[in-house]
Amino acid sequence: MLEYLWLVPAIPLIGSLILVLSQGKLPELPAAIVGAGSIGLAFLVALLAGMEFLSSGDVAYTQHLWTWMAVGGFSADFNLYLDGVALVMMLVITGIGFLIHVYATGYMHDDPSFARFFSYMNLFVSAMLILVLGDNLLLLFMGWEGVGLCSYLLIGFWYTDTYNGYCARKAFVITRVGDASMALGLFLLYTSVHTINIQDAMGVAQQQWTVSSSVANWVTLLLLGGAVGKSAQLPLQTWLPDAMAGPTPISALIHAATMVTAGVYLIARTHVLYEMAPSVQYLVGLIGAITLLMAGFTALTQSDIKKVLAFSTMSQIGYMFLALGVGAYSSAIFHLMTHAFFKALLFLTAGSIILAMHHEQNIFKMGGLRKDLPWSHALFLIGTIALVALPPTSGFFSKEEILGSALMHEDGGFLLWLFGIAGAFMTGLYSFRLYFLVFWGKKTHDGHEVMGLHLQGPLVILAILALVGGWIVIPVAAVFPHGEEHHVPLFYQAIMLALPILGTLTAYFVFVQQRVDVKALAGEGFGARLHHFWRTQWGMDWLYDQVFAKPYATLARINKNDFIDSIYNGTARFAVLMHSLVSDTQTGQLRWYAITLASGVLLLVTIGVLV
Amino acid sequence: MPVISLQAIPMEHGLLLAAILFILGMVGVLTRRNIIFVLMSLEIMLNAVALAFVVGGARWAAADGQIMFLMIISLAAAEVAVGLGLVLQLFNRFKTLDLDILSKMKG
Repeated sequence: MLEYLWLVPAIPLIGSLILVLSQGKLPELPAAIVGAGSIGLAFLVALLAGMEFLSSGDVAYTQHLWTWMAVGGFSADFNLYLDGVALVMMLVITGIGFLIHVYATGYMHDDPSFARFFSYMNLFVSAMLILVLGDNLLLLFMGWEGVGLCSYLLIGFWYTDTYNGYCARKAFVITRVGDASMALGLFLLYTSVHTINIQDAMGVAQQQWTVSSSVANWVTLLLLGGAVGKSAQLPLQTWLPDAMAGPTPISALIHAATMVTAGVYLIARTHVLYEMAPSVQYLVGLIGAITLLMAGFTALTQSDIKKVLAFSTMSQIGYMFLALGVGAYSSAIFHLMTHAFFKALLFLTAGSIILAMHHEQNIFKMGGLRKDLPWSHALFLIGTIALVALPPTSGFFSKEEILGSALMHEDGGFLLWLFGIAGAFMTGLYSFRLYFLVFWGKKTHDGHEVMGLHLQGPLVILAILALVGGWIVIPVAAVFPHGEEHHVPLFYQAIMLALPILGTLTAYFVFVQQRVDVKALAGEGFGARLHHFWRTQWGMDWLYDQVFAKPYATLARINKNDFIDSIYNGTARFAVLMHSLVSDTQTGQLRWYAITLASGVLLLVTIGVLV
Repeated sequence: MPVISLQAIPMEHGLLLAAILFILGMVGVLTRRNIIFVLMSLEIMLNAVALAFVVGGARWAAADGQIMFLMIISLAAAEVAVGLGLVLQLFNRFKTLDLDILSKMKG
């Protein structure tokens, strides 16, 4: 089956082409069959290929399709490369992608642009698969830009609302900053190692680079720029909450499960380079640690159900970056997978709640929905428990691995661990705040559960995965260096176990029993200012507005009339002026001409006589 | 009958007359609005010039002056023929001979 690997990205691409070429005129049922079916088929092929890959002894497999370009000494092949990491990513993308596609057939029911939606979704899955399967950096970058484009198209899917278009542009522009940095990183890497094949490049780099040389630092730093842009980490994280303007299945697929984790994949894929630059690698961890805590505080103050989840995604990717920073690559990929399970579940369940509440997203207008929405309640609770990492859910295993690795890391790992456990407490607090506000408390609005096999079916599968996904062993041992076995002291283990529970209990006391009056606390004085500060992403949007957007707008306003062009325009205007002067002498009056002639002659004669 | 030799008249008188005639013609060209009068004034200017040539020829007793005179006269005749033809056409087309109205060639 491995020789059919090319079908995995090809089938969604064909599906997308069918939907595009039918110009969106395909009725809903065939569009749904093509859209979701193609991903299902791709998942089957991926599953069979994966089984053969594992049974044939976990040896990396390269499929040469064709030579993409060959110019002089430079050549890029269109090769697919399958190893353990790519396999995990491929299965997550197609598997979770399929469930989300099935769910979306129900969620997008009766949308006038149903077929367009699935054409974008299929294109996205295809691009994402090329990103993870590409064996060289150019192919990876093509997929990288492809998913960025699809993200843009899907955030602005309901483009008739100009706000959605604004959000889409914001996401596109900010990730483009990261992409520019990444492209520079790729160029620099190529000039240094003279190959764009990822495995070859890492091999050459390992032999030729010295640790912490400037080229190693610069390449990894520039690649990190791309990764933080795509994965919404500090300092390029401000686009993710706005990306929630898209339809909810998009938020689940692109902005939770797959695309935003591309940065984690990139760093894990090029981990050898990062090991040549330990200080940059530590920076990766530090960025993750700071982001996870900042996003946690912001999530605590949001009122939109999807934005809470967006900030929690940011926070969880922060954990993955933290893991990458301490060299626990397999833990990062493991958390990526479990996060895809429970965050997709949470987003899709949030979608069900939004449907049930007739497109209401404000959690303060929900409440007491336990009875009305029993399915959503159960599923959301499972997702929340997994997100908070209470044992024995999938999130517990992956997060415990990350924190354990951070604790055992020699240089500065303890600091990252402190951030991590503080984040764990925050996760418990904001996740259960969301859960309690939506499902407990006084009922204000009625909700009506929208039922259907294509809605609840995927959710149940995701819920099972979120519960038991922690026991999946990901086959990445051959890809990543083996860390020595951790024996985390019991004391620290107890702390790691206790803090999420503590966060949960705090949420219970504050938001259910209301021992603390939150409204009063956040309503006035210092509390209000802090609340506002956290709510506005620690002022990051404001800062970027002041530092980039405003000066740019001012420059644009100054240059509105192209003052540099005024030199050229001035020349033209001078010519026009001269022309009109000369043209004015041509009055058409014969006598005027005669007078001019006579006075001219007089002048010449006078000059002739006098001189 | 006493023969009045041309030599008897000083050249300055002749040239002065030519200059006066020329200026008269020129003033006519500049001030008249009727195209016929402009043409007539032009004739006067041509004749003034022709007179200047004749005076010059007499002064230096050379035939060149008179040859130039003949050329100018024939030129003027041709010019009148063409000019009057144009005037007729102008009148046919515009029903006016006022030069200030005939100003379609305005730049």
